[in-house]
Parts: sequence; C-alpha cells; structure tokens
Amino acid sequence: MTSLLEVFILIPLAAFLISLVIPGRQETLMSQVAFVSVGLHLVCFQIFLLYWLWHGYPDLNLKDIVLYKTDGYEFYLDFRFDEITATYVFVGSLLTFLVTIYSRYYLHRETGYKRFFNTILLFYLGYNAVVFSGNLETLFVGWEILGISSFLLIAFYRDRYLPVKNAVKVFSIYRVGDVGLLLAMWLLHHFWHENITFEALENVESVSKHLENHHWSGIFISLMFLISAAAKSAQLPFSSWLPRAMEGPTPSTAIFYGSLSVHIGVFIMLRTFPFWEHQTLVRIIIGVMGLTTSVVATGIARVQSSVKSQIAYSSIAQIGLIFIEVAAGLEALALIHFAGNAFLRTYQLLVSPSVVSYLIREQFYNFKPRQHTVEDSLPKRLEYSFYILCLKEWNLDAFLYRYFWSPIKWAGRKLNFLATHRILFFFVPLYLVGLYSVYHKEIVPPGLVSAIPYIFSTIGLVLVLKSFTERIHARISWLMVVMNHFWVALAVAFNENFTFTEIHIYLSGVAVFGLVGYYILYQIKQQEGTINLDQFHGYSHQHPKYGLAFLLACLGCMGFPISPTFVGEDLIFNHIHEDQIVLAFFTSLSFIVDGLAIVRIYARVFLGPHAKSVYEMAYRSS
Amino acid sequence: MNPDFDSGFHEKPTLEKIKHYLPAQAPLKDFIHHNTLHAFQEMKFFEGTRHASEILGYKVSLKLSEYRDLFRRGQIREAVLEHRIALRYGQQAIQEWKERLVTKHYEKGPLPRIGSLRAHWKKIYQIDLDSLVHPTLFRILCSYLDQGIAIWNFPVWHKGFLDSIREMEQRSFTSFFRTARAKKLLADGSLKMEDLLAVVVGDETLYETYLFDQQFAHQGWSGMVATVEGSPQTLLDTRQITLHDLIILELLLEIDSLDYRLDNQWQPLASRLSEKPEPLFKKVEQTDLHAVLELWQEAFEWSYYDQVLAGISSPRPEHPSRGTPSFQGLFCIDDRECSLRRYLERFDPACATFGTPGFFGVEFFFQPTDGKFLTKLCPAPVTPKHLIREGGVKADNKKDLHFTKKTHSLFRGWLISQTLGFWSALKLFVNIFKPTMGPATASSFRHMNKLAHLSVINQNQEKEHGLQVGYTLDEMANRVESLLKSIGLVKNFSPLVYVVGHGSSSVNNPHFAAYDCGACSGRPGSVNARVVCTMANHPGVRALLITRGIVIPDSTRFVGALHDTTRDDIEFFDEIHLTAEQLKLHVTNIETFNQALNANAKERSRRFESINTRLTGPEIHERVRVRSVSLFEPRPELNHSTNALCIVGRRSMTRGLFLDRRSFMNSYDYQVDPDGQYLFNILKAAAPVCGGINLEYFFSRVDNQKLGAGTKLPHNVMGLFGVANGIDGDLRPGLPSQMIEVHDPVRLLIIVEQFPSVVLQTIQRSKETYEWFINEWVNLVVVDPETHVCYAFSDGRFHPYEPLAGKLPQIDNLDLLLETNAENFPVYLIP
Repeated sequence: MTSLLEVFILIPLAAFLISLVIPGRQETLMSQVAFVSVGLHLVCFQIFLLYWLWHGYPDLNLKDIVLYKTDGYEFYLDFRFDEITATYVFVGSLLTFLVTIYSRYYLHRETGYKRFFNTILLFYLGYNAVVFSGNLETLFVGWEILGISSFLLIAFYRDRYLPVKNAVKVFSIYRVGDVGLLLAMWLLHHFWHENITFEALENVESVSKHLENHHWSGIFISLMFLISAAAKSAQLPFSSWLPRAMEGPTPSTAIFYGSLSVHIGVFIMLRTFPFWEHQTLVRIIIGVMGLTTSVVATGIARVQSSVKSQIAYSSIAQIGLIFIEVAAGLEALALIHFAGNAFLRTYQLLVSPSVVSYLIREQFYNFKPRQHTVEDSLPKRLEYSFYILCLKEWNLDAFLYRYFWSPIKWAGRKLNFLATHRILFFFVPLYLVGLYSVYHKEIVPPGLVSAIPYIFSTIGLVLVLKSFTERIHARISWLMVVMNHFWVALAVAFNENFTFTEIHIYLSGVAVFGLVGYYILYQIKQQEGTINLDQFHGYSHQHPKYGLAFLLACLGCMGFPISPTFVGEDLIFNHIHEDQIVLAFFTSLSFIVDGLAIVRIYARVFLGPHAKSVYEMAYRSS
Repeated sequence: MNPDFDSGFHEKPTLEKIKHYLPAQAPLKDFIHHNTLHAFQEMKFFEGTRHASEILGYKVSLKLSEYRDLFRRGQIREAVLEHRIALRYGQQAIQEWKERLVTKHYEKGPLPRIGSLRAHWKKIYQIDLDSLVHPTLFRILCSYLDQGIAIWNFPVWHKGFLDSIREMEQRSFTSFFRTARAKKLLADGSLKMEDLLAVVVGDETLYETYLFDQQFAHQGWSGMVATVEGSPQTLLDTRQITLHDLIILELLLEIDSLDYRLDNQWQPLASRLSEKPEPLFKKVEQTDLHAVLELWQEAFEWSYYDQVLAGISSPRPEHPSRGTPSFQGLFCIDDRECSLRRYLERFDPACATFGTPGFFGVEFFFQPTDGKFLTKLCPAPVTPKHLIREGGVKADNKKDLHFTKKTHSLFRGWLISQTLGFWSALKLFVNIFKPTMGPATASSFRHMNKLAHLSVINQNQEKEHGLQVGYTLDEMANRVESLLKSIGLVKNFSPLVYVVGHGSSSVNNPHFAAYDCGACSGRPGSVNARVVCTMANHPGVRALLITRGIVIPDSTRFVGALHDTTRDDIEFFDEIHLTAEQLKLHVTNIETFNQALNANAKERSRRFESINTRLTGPEIHERVRVRSVSLFEPRPELNHSTNALCIVGRRSMTRGLFLDRRSFMNSYDYQVDPDGQYLFNILKAAAPVCGGINLEYFFSRVDNQKLGAGTKLPHNVMGLFGVANGIDGDLRPGLPSQMIEVHDPVRLLIIVEQFPSVVLQTIQRSKETYEWFINEWVNLVVVDPETHVCYAFSDGRFHPYEPLAGKLPQIDNLDLLLETNAENFPVYLIP
C-alpha cells in the first residue's frame, strides 16, 4: 500500500509534462489531458482511500529517492499518508477535478488557454507534493512549486499592469514564508544531525530529547513554521495579499485563493503539531494570532463592497479560527472546518458573478432604506474610526510596504555610491582573491578567518540589495543576482570544510541558468533597444519563447527544484552552525531578496503592458 | 476667441465638458446600449473617431494588418475597394491608393494627448501618483455607492459624498489621509476646486487639461459618478454624488500623497514644466494612415452592404398572397428574431410576421407584486406617464444561502462553513454535471408572473407615484393604431395575432441586462406584449379603431407571448381567454412555433463550440437550454453580435434572402404612410437604438481593452453596479470580449423601402435624428419601392447606387450550409 503513494505524485507530474508539449491551439486535447489526469487521480485516490480505511487507516511512510548523500547528510524525498493527508487530498482532488471541468468551457477561446491548464496542473503537482510530503525537504519542493504557480496565475493577464504588480507582491510574501521554512530546516538539521521526517517528529521522547538544552531554539523553530504558515494562509500581518491575488480567471481564483492554496498554512501547522505540542507559549501565540486575525478580518470583510474581496476576508477570518482549533489540538474539527470552508468559498467565488442579478432582485422586493448594523450603536467617533480603519484594511498593505520592502529599498538606495557599471570591476577581482584564499587558507590571518564568512555574506547581501533597487541596467542587475550565490558559496566555504562536489552542486545550477538568462537579456536588448527596470516592458507579448526560457532561467537561479541549486541551498544552510544566527539571517535575507530581485527583473522585462503599443493595451488602472 | 487657448478656468463648463466625454454607461441592472463615442457625434464619423483616437488614445478601427488579411481572404472585395477609392479620389487615383492600402508600410502614430501633462509627476518627481491615490479613492467611492454587498455600509450616507466624508473625517480618530494638510483643507467647508488646483497644478491655463488627465486615468469610475449624478434614480438605493465632489477628493488625495512621499518638498506641477503641452482638443489633422484606414473600413462595410443591396434589388419570385394569413406574429426588430421569423414562415408558409420595437408602442412604468420600485419598460430616452401594476398573485422569490451575508460573519460563518460548506460541494458537483435553473439565474420568465393581473385599463382616473394607473380608452386606441399603422398591418387580420416580446436567461452573468430587450430599457418585453394585447382585444378600443379605418374582426384575438432568446423557449399569455376554435388554431400554431424554435436553436448552435450542429433540432435545443443555466458558460448566447443592418420595409423585401441573423427588421409599408409620418417615428427610434447597439459592438470590438470591458473571466462585481478586474481596478464599462469576439465591426446600414424624396424630408425633421445620418454614424440607403433602385445617402443627398455584385448564389438546403462552419456567411438567395 505504501508504495502506491508515489502514484499520486506521478500522475500530476506526467500530466504537467504532457501538457507542456501540447500545441497551444489544441484546446480540446489540452482540456482532455487535464480532465483525464485529474479525473484519474481522483478515482485512484477514492479507491485507495477506501482500501486504506478498510485496513484500519494506518499511517503510511515511504522513504523515496535519495537525491544526494554524503557522510552525515542525506537529501531524500519522503512521503507520508495519514488522516491529514487524506482530508487534504480528498478536498483537493475533488475541487481540482470540478474546476478543471468548469474551466474547460469557461476559458474557451481565451488567449492563454494552454498556459492556464499548464499552470493548474503545475499547481496540482505542487499541492500533492506538499500534502503527501513526509519530510520538510519534500514539502519544500511542493511549496516552491505552489509559489511559482501562484505567481503565474495571478499574472495570468500578463499584459495588464495590476495583475503583474500584485503577482510580484504576493510572490514576495510567499518568499518570506520560504525563508521561515529554510531556517526551520536549518536548525532541525543541527539538532537531529540528519534530515528528519514528520514521522520522527511524532516521537515525543525523541523530540524532547533533542530539544533538551535548546528550549529557545525549539520555540524559534516553531515560530519559523508559524511565519511560513501565516504568510501562506494570509494571517496577520500578511492578510492583505489574499484579495489582491484575485486577478486571474474566476475558477483559478476560486481554487487557489478560495480553497486550496490558502489552507496550506493550516496544513503545515497540523503537520508540525507534534513538534510544538508541548510548547505552551507557542500554542498561545498561535491562538492569539488566529483570534486577532479572525476579528480584524471579519471587520474588514464587513465593509468590503466588492464580492471577491468580501469572500477573501471572510475566508481569512475562518482560517484564523482554524488556527485556533489547531493550536487547541482539535485536529478533527480543524480538518472538517478546512474542508467546509474550502468548499464554501470555492462555490461562492464561482457563483460570484450571479450576485448582481440575485441581490438586485432581492433588493427590488425587500428593500429597506437602511439596515441597522451593530456598529451603529457605537459612539459615532468610534464607529467612524473603525469604519475608516476597516476600509483601509487596518493599513496592512501599507504596513507590509513600510516595514518590509521600504527598508530593503532604502538599504539598496544607500548603496547608490557604488556605481552600477563599476561594481563588476570591483567585485570580480575581489572574488578571485577570495577564491584563491579558500584553497590557501593559510595565507589568511587567523584572526580574520572567523570574520570572513560574515564579510563575504554581507557582500552577497549588498549585491542583491543593489540588484533589487537597480532602475536602469537589467543585465547588470541580473549579474549581481548571480554573483550573490557565488559570494554565499564562498562565505560558507570559509565557514567549514566544504567539499568541491557540494560547491559544484550549488553553483552549477546558478552558473548555467545565469548564463542562459544573461544571453536572453542580451538578445532582447539587441533587438528592442531598451530594457531599463524602471517600467514594465511586456516583451513576452512579442518574444514568448524568450519569455519562457527566461522564466526557466529565473527559476533555476532562484533554487527552484529544477536546478541542482535547490539541493545546494539546503547544503549551504547545513554548513552554517547553529550558533551562527547572524550568518543564517544574512544568508536567508539574501535568499529572499535574491528571489525578489529575480522576479522583479522577469516582471519588468517580460510582463506588464507592452511598452511599445499603447493603443492596444488596457488602462493602467484597470 | 480661439477655444483652444482660452486662458481662464471656469469650473462649471469644464465639469460639463468632462462629463460629456466620460463613458455614459448606467449601472449594470440598467445596461443600455449606446454609442460609446457619443461625445464625438457632432463630427463626421471618421473625423470624430480620429479625434477620439488621438486625444483619448482609443483604437477606433481594425489594425491595418487585419484589413489586409480580410482583403486577402476575399472578405473585402477588390471591386468594392476600387469603387470606394474612386468615390473619394476619382478613377485616376485608384492605383496609387491601392498600393498604399495593400502594401505600404506605416509607422505607428504618436502617443495620445491624454495623460501627457500628468505624466510629468513621474518624470519630475519619480512619483507614481495613480498607484498611491487610486486604491483609496476607488475604495471610498465603491463603498459610498455600494448597493448591497457590504454588510456594514458607509456610516454617513444621507449627505452628499464630500460632506459625508468631511463629517467622518472630523469625528474620527483615524483618517483616510496620511498627512495633515489635506485633512485640514477638507475640514474647511468653503473649499474651492480652484484653490486645490492652484496647489497641485499652479497654472490656470492647464487646469482643464489636468482634470481631463486625472479623470481619464480612471474613466470607468468617473463615468459612473457622472451618470449617477445625472440620474440618481438609476441606483435603487440612491446617493448624492457629483463629479465635482469626486474631483475635490481626488485632488486632496493627490496633495496628501505628494506631501507624504515628498515630505512637502514639491511645487505645483506647472512650475517645473519646461514647455506647455499641446491643447487637448486642438484639431487633429488627417494623415495618410488615417485616410488609408478609413478607406479600408468603408471597403469592408460596402463589401457586405453591396451583397445585401444586390439581394434586395434583385427580382425574386413574388410571394403568393393568399388573403388572410394563417396567423400573424409581431416580433421585436431585434436581430435575434430575424431567423425565428424565417423559420416560422418556412414551417407555415401561410403565416405573416412583422417587426417593430419590442415595447410595442406602449410605454409605462411597471410595478411587480411586492416590488418596492418601479421598472421602466420603454426606450431609455422616453419618460412614461403611466403605471402598470401586477396583482393577484404572490411574489415568488427563492433564497440561496450562498449569497447571504451570514456566511461572512465570524461565528455564523463558522457554523455555516462546516455545514453548508459540504452542501456547496454537492451543489457545485450537480451544477457542473447537470445544470438546472436556480434562484441565482436571471430568467426572463420571472420578470412577470404569467397568471398575474395587469392594471391596463385606467379606473376612475386613479393615480399612484404621480403616474396614471393604466390607460384610458382613447390612449389605448391611439397606441394600437400607431403600432398597427407603423408596421402596415391594417387589414386581413388572422384569427390569432401573436405579439411576441423577448428576453433572455443567463446565470453568472453581471451583464444580464444587456441581453434583454433594448426597447424595454434592458428588460424582457413580456409585460408590454400582454399590455398591448389587452388593449387590442378591448371591444371599446376596437370600436374606436374602426373610426380610424382599422377593422379588427371579432374573431381575431391578440395573444401576448415571450420568446427567451437564450433558451429559445416561448411562453404564451392569457390563453384561457381563447375560444374553442381559436384554441384549436393556437395548438397547431404552437406546434409550428416549437418546430421553428428547434430549428432556430440549431442555426444558433453553429456559433457554439460546445454543441455539435449536426445533431437534430430537438437535441440541440435541449443543449441550448442547459447552456443557459450553466455556471461555467460565459456565452449563454451571442446577443447582438454580427449585427450590421436595419431593414425598414415590407417583409417582401427580405423574403428569400439569407441574412444570417445580422439584421434588425422593422416592418413598414410605404403605401400606408405616404408622407413619412410613421417612418419618422421608426427612424427616430431605430437610429439611436439600433445605431447605439451597433456602435457599442463596433467600439467594444475594435478596442476591447479601452472601450470594451476586456475578458469577463476575471471580473469582480463592485457594489452591484459595475465590474472591475481584481479588487483595486477601475470600473470596466463597455462589452466584455466574450460578447463581441465574433462581431465584424461594420457600421449599421439602414435600408428603407420608400421614395428618396419622402425619406429625405423625414430624416431632416429632427436635428438629433438627422445627425446620425448626416454625420454617417449610421449609413442609409433607400430602395425605391417601385423601381427597386437603391439610393445611398451621403453629404445630405441621395445618390443612385448600382450594386457591384452580380446575381447572388442560391442555396437550396440551408440546413446543410449551417452545419459547415461558424463564420459569417455571405448573403444567399434561399427558397
């Protein structure tokens, strides 16, 4: 029975790969591939579910392919199946199946029909990878896939301004979630000295033994899980991304942001529950966060005057309650609540266009001039204040901008004294010196050795900050992003004995994809004349092939699981000691900003309104 | 004085001017087609669209490459092209111009003028004002205007827009603004627009241009505000809002954002300008490219018109007139009824059909049982003085919990999501595999209860809401008389005369009102059909009609009906009043109707990808019905897509021609109307109604992004009055791409069967009507009823037109042709 688990990953994977090679005009074939594969997945799963229930629903664990192995380090895929997975797959496969059929007609003749189904299948692959995962590494694979498919679906209407802008915004919040997971993985590795499975986390004694002298580290890990979960499930302070993600076609909005994607945060908390079960403080924090979110989000939902944002905030409020249920240890209730909320919001979003005829008709027959609301009984001053706050979404969007991205931009601008075009002349030779000294560590003064990793990782960080705030030169911005990885590798190489193989694994992906990316930018620059980063250019309009290739290059450089860099990132963290929190912080920060800078380059060059034909483009405000 | 360089700023005329140019689309429930570029209608069509394009950045024609492609595929005919060139530039210029049209390379024109002044904020200060101001502004606007989505409504609403915000700002711990100055300015009750403009712009001569730039950066919202300002009753829950208030708030938000981002380190925009922008409304000169595109457009239009005219003027076998027809049917002029009429005549060659605007000449407000409001059922510009009340039945309104606000509250939501949530999964499942009608469906048959009593006849001069309830005998006779005379139905009455209104059914469709009858202000025509039948059946009315030369025999009965154009279903009203004999005939006729509806469904299905046109009529009809209630179907029907003609004349003009559902058809008999009195009424309505529909399709098709609503798939309903993309977007007026994608953008050609001299006099009777023709926003051809010679109208005169197409091809089996493809067909002769 256990070995069957692979099937549920392989079906979506195969479907996604097949869907990539179907010609764009073949609507029927495309939708049939989606229909058959998701349908097959659904049927197989239902049979499997019955079989599993019949056999007394045991927890299943499958250690799958080992991707990389050295002494004391093993990176492998691992799958797990229990009641949590069962519920998530049940809801996920049913909804995806229904939405696939729905979209088959709904998207008829839409430009991007193929792209839509490609992305849905990619999403489905990621979703299954997450919910079937048996360890954090596998979960992380799925997590990254979900992130990128979300980005692509929000920016589905890639020649309009707002979808692209919002896609970048949402991606950046997901990136925060990524780093939460990376840091949690980093510390867990150090405590267990191996990649641990969720099964191992169930072992209460082992957990308490490993955390014995690291009480605060345990709490830190839990909080990292919580940050990832909160980002993904749009809990405070991240809530404002969810309504803004509703830019794609309604069915994709329904399935992603109404139901599946937004409940993945809950999944992480359910999965890691055994780990923080005995940390009362963490459980209180989770509960408080859930409660605050549900109260604030309900207030915001009450004032929303557009259908989709109203559903989004009501859903966030319910997810807040689910977090409370999880924190209280009410797993069964949380699972039922998740399923019900997912179904309800998907359906509500799918029928949301009907709201006009339904409510107008109702109003026509039952109009009462003014409904008395609870808030009317408040003192006016309070009522107005709360109303304005709710209408401004408690400044959540501005808050994220101000306390998250502004400091990064600010830091980047502070580096303006480093003239962009000269940066290469300075850092490349310096890098060579650094590289030389890795092999000849004896030439470095002993006092400096321990400081060097910090210096080098700071340089890496400076490069990505500079890249992120670069306004003109796309190619140099791209080079800085790539160089960042080299500096990080160098920094860690100084930190510990780092074998060549590991460096190769890490940098091979970056180097190859980096070159491809550079080549494409070079070509575009040659053909179009300008690719500054100050505005959107929408070149995928004219150069769809370059657009796709560059997207792949971006993914490769970002450490997406198509590139060896993915394993490499994990390896890198493995070489940061558990007491080097600052180094870990710097490295993870540069990973966040690196991803942002890459997506920014992609979006600015290839997405958005096509810069050269105003006459066929939508208004910026639409 | 040259208006381009008027130095001063005058608030009132400027606001009026902006309103004139803004989109004039009403809230969704009152969606009525109109000329999207109505503001340019005082110029000639090509001149107007050229100005619209260069000033406001709209695309107003197909792309050059698209025309060339049509030419290669033969849809623009070479002979017609040459003819159009010769008409403009003379025979000798044909070669030269053809070369320009077909091969010459043209560079893209300059950027549009709109927005260029305000773009300096970004150039000078690197500040993206729109992205700072719009989200807050749209949100406040939407919340204030909201018709019932929000649970907690705008706390202050009974005052005007700006006063409401001022009150909230003054008595609140929080603020919409981020800085102090804007808040303080708002608090000052005597705030003037000019003062704010002085702060932001600083140069009086630029104020107007700046305001245009500002408002056209979100023309959807501004247009909605201007529309609601002009007719507040268009919102059921009325609001006092003005464009003035919107502009003041926006200027304040701009000051706020500038203060916030630039720490007060900024000066008015004008002080940093190196040169003044070009005046917005300066005349746009015609370039070579403009001329080329105009010629292409004309050639495209006339390639189609020419075939039609060839068909109409060609001699066809006279339809044997056998005295009294088996039944007579009155339909709306709507292009969607064109094929149904053709099938009725095919399955019962003895019947006769007529077309007339679908409100059937009776204009009134309608109040359904328990309805809290009145619904206008007549063309939009008319303001009725009569009220028709529905009575005698109970209102039936099913509820659907999914739309209730309870699901959005925290604790009830908690319960609901764990209970109703699972029900939703089941509903979704059923909806996808077996779609059925539910409370969320907008169904034309629910517009009026078919068993209800209607207050058609005025009793004791009763009045309500300031309107007269029903009509007096004389008023009824007048309406029936003009209806019958305008369509030429004055003798040979059949035992049964059907008056068939139309409506549509759809689900998940915010634009539902656009699918109903345009002559009934975007509502189904069922009430009008019943009302006019009640009048025509009234003995008193008939007695009066006799005195006016119309003798309706006692054996004749008018029967109202409603045709649902989406489902191709029909419902007849008041059948219980039929005598046994009439009933017998009626049963036979129902059979004819059913056959015709099946065939009609089949003809329509050729445009639907998901239905196999080779199936039989009844099978297809069933699928068409399912389609109308499917949540996932963005094209329940194609509405007025492909409309291109409006034919005003006797049915004999078009009988035997296959016009592929592209024609509005208004029956008219020149013999009944020698001095054009009825023709005037017909054209007075047809030009703006059919022309409006046509031009809305035209412009939504050529620029679906700026003049249309774009694809409807990501639409989000805002406050029940509009749609936007996402949550922070501008409102999207116009038609979504799913409605226009198969539409060929050609202007409407009105063809009138009458003598040119009569028509010329008639169209000049009213300035507004004449404007449509003289400025060529619709084309006009008159066919002489005796000689069958065509006369095309241009420059105020009628010129004889000899169709270039020879004899049209004959099609013997139409059904086989329909199964071949989904494209527009040329005009064919059919048996």
